[in-house]
Amino acid sequence: MSPARRAVVRVVALVTAVLGVNYVVWRWLFSVNWDAWWIAVPLVIAETYSLVDSLLFGMTVWRLKGRGEPPEPEPGLSVDVFIATYNEPLDLVLDTARAAQRITYPHRTWILDDGNRAELRARAEAEGIGWITRSADWAGMPRHAKAGNLNNALEATEGEFLLILDADMVPKPEILDRTLGYFRDERMGLVQTPQYFVNVPDDDPLGSQAPLFYGPIQEGKDGWNAAFFCGSNAVIRREALMQIGIARYAGEIEVGVRRALRTADAVIGQARKDLGPDEDGVRRALEEIAYDIARARRDLDRGEALFDVTYRFQKRVAATRRALVDSDLQALHDDLAIIAGLDQLAEAPDISLATIDETALRQLADREWSPLGAVETVEALVRAIDVDRSGEAQPVMPMATISVTEDMATCMRMHGLGWRSAYHDEILAEGLAPEDLQTMLTQRLRWAQGTAQVMFRENPLVQKGLTLAQKLMYFATMWTYLSGFAALVYIAAPIAYLTLGVLPVQALSTDFFVRLVPFLLVNQLLFFVVADGRPTWRGQQYSLALFPVWIRSFTSAFGNVYLGRSLDFAVTPKEKREHTGPRWDLVRPQLVAMGLLCLALVAGGVRLALGHASPFGTIFNMVWVVFDLVIFSVIIKAVRYRGFEPEPDARVLTPRPSEEGAA
Amino acid sequence: MIEFDVRTTDDGIGVVVPRGRLNMVAARELRETLTGLVDSGTPRIVVDLAETTFLDSSALGALVAGLKTARQAGGDLRIARPTESVMTVFRLTNLDKVLRPRDDVESAFHG
Repeated sequence: MSPARRAVVRVVALVTAVLGVNYVVWRWLFSVNWDAWWIAVPLVIAETYSLVDSLLFGMTVWRLKGRGEPPEPEPGLSVDVFIATYNEPLDLVLDTARAAQRITYPHRTWILDDGNRAELRARAEAEGIGWITRSADWAGMPRHAKAGNLNNALEATEGEFLLILDADMVPKPEILDRTLGYFRDERMGLVQTPQYFVNVPDDDPLGSQAPLFYGPIQEGKDGWNAAFFCGSNAVIRREALMQIGIARYAGEIEVGVRRALRTADAVIGQARKDLGPDEDGVRRALEEIAYDIARARRDLDRGEALFDVTYRFQKRVAATRRALVDSDLQALHDDLAIIAGLDQLAEAPDISLATIDETALRQLADREWSPLGAVETVEALVRAIDVDRSGEAQPVMPMATISVTEDMATCMRMHGLGWRSAYHDEILAEGLAPEDLQTMLTQRLRWAQGTAQVMFRENPLVQKGLTLAQKLMYFATMWTYLSGFAALVYIAAPIAYLTLGVLPVQALSTDFFVRLVPFLLVNQLLFFVVADGRPTWRGQQYSLALFPVWIRSFTSAFGNVYLGRSLDFAVTPKEKREHTGPRWDLVRPQLVAMGLLCLALVAGGVRLALGHASPFGTIFNMVWVVFDLVIFSVIIKAVRYRGFEPEPDARVLTPRPSEEGAA
Repeated sequence: MIEFDVRTTDDGIGVVVPRGRLNMVAARELRETLTGLVDSGTPRIVVDLAETTFLDSSALGALVAGLKTARQAGGDLRIARPTESVMTVFRLTNLDKVLRPRDDVESAFHG
């Protein structure tokens, strides 16, 4: 990174921030048309959203870090290469695995086969490639998708470092030589490299490459020690992962046990209420347990070690239960089925120990239990959530399982414990991007949902251990996914003017333009100088054009985290889909929006011709509409895209390993 | 290198003494040792860390896994006599707040 370029970036970022704040403050204080509040207020909020986005972007690139040549790795490190697969075609997985075997730094290659495919195992082992599938511990337990797959493999291997690859990410032989050197820094936990896709034409109709993210944005985050883990093409220090797993475990059992004790108290309370007058023995037993629950909670409050508290509690309850058994066999029978079901308490996917559904616990508390049933329930409850964590396959889950995208949450926890991360901006693996609109939309939805889940479950702004800059770097990424709501307003505002003549600002005055136009221009200039020749337009288009996806990701993640609904999670398919003609149905909201924008142009023209609207306001809003349409035009391109067809000589430039091997 | 001494006291409590560096390579052996004890009918276990010179998070993971196995068999796992440097690893992860180290092996299962 030349000092001159950094200086230019900083100057432009600063000017953008000053002009942006100046404009938006003026908008709030002096120019909101309160009479048309229904569109004026959303618009000024959307503009504020965009300003914050711009400020966070400016902060990100303030410390652009170009790491240049990486340090030499120490010799003799032990490294495992993990290739995570679920249902990808075997040839694709094996191509990647063979390329992984050819990585020059000494290592072991493992296929992590979540599909448990015998044929893949046989073929892998025939070539000396390790094959791992879920152990017996996972039977009947929440699987946690890719995070679970990786956690399972962590238990089965012991390398000091792990290179994580998606099934389609074909690594270059030098990938470890170019990344392991960063771990000479003892506190370095993670090195991420770009995700680059070979099956994408130059004009990238589906916006698959992320040249701004795998470049200036990651380099900028790196400057604040907040380079992100992105799930693949990254090397991780095992100790860092294990440490966050243990720290998490220690934190979550405490939350889980406290919650279980609270529910247990309610269960016992209910059972006591239902007692007949002649059941003195039972009453005494329940009182004893109520006392034990209170004591356990008090001991925890006093800071006594949790394992000691729960051990004593379990022993006491077990003793009380034995005393009760004789008196209450029949009633118990009815409760047993439900108690057995308690072990499935934590079975819903994407749920971690501390987030076990409180509604489920409440339902338990409300049920009418027989006294012995109540006691059994208390035992089972504390056991299910207690130290043995029997609702999970592994007590310690190093990879975060709170989100469908495990990477961001894991990385944030790592930073929270003081580990460092690095972004190495060199393409060291080449993968396959989705080639059809539907797959692409599913994938984007999944990423956005994952990000939103992390925002709701572990908001970076309140995480202990992160620096303020790190908090903001994580928050910045989450913030960008809120653009769907702003897009709605940016579509509606010009339509409101052109069709109804409603102006959300008080006047389209000189004051307005001298504040807005320079900000818009310098904001684009910032993109331009930061991108340094990388294409950014596709990304800008998709951040608005995929507004239905962003909105859905947000609402579905909200429903998932707070209302316990399913996310409709789907694994991103890697193989090419059968071509079935353009799927206009997938982008109906965008098509409706484009239709409305076109109608607004007509309506605006008519109103202008009839003298109902000012020429200046009409033209300004028409330009705005045309800009919106240009943004949305990418959707048409995406629907019509028929998949990647390589140039005749392109394959020679980037040969796939299997082709080399076959020669 | 690491060695594990394993013995059983007169009270039927298993005592495991890891001697040396308890790292990610040794973690699996520790886990297997603990599971072996529980499977052979000794679900109450004390891990004596007095001669453990180093311990990493993978080893903590093995202890937690051993604890789970022991509790499922109706027993428990306790740790005793960690050195100051080993205690630091416990504190980094807050595991010291949930798993209290005992001062000696003999009284680990009293109170």
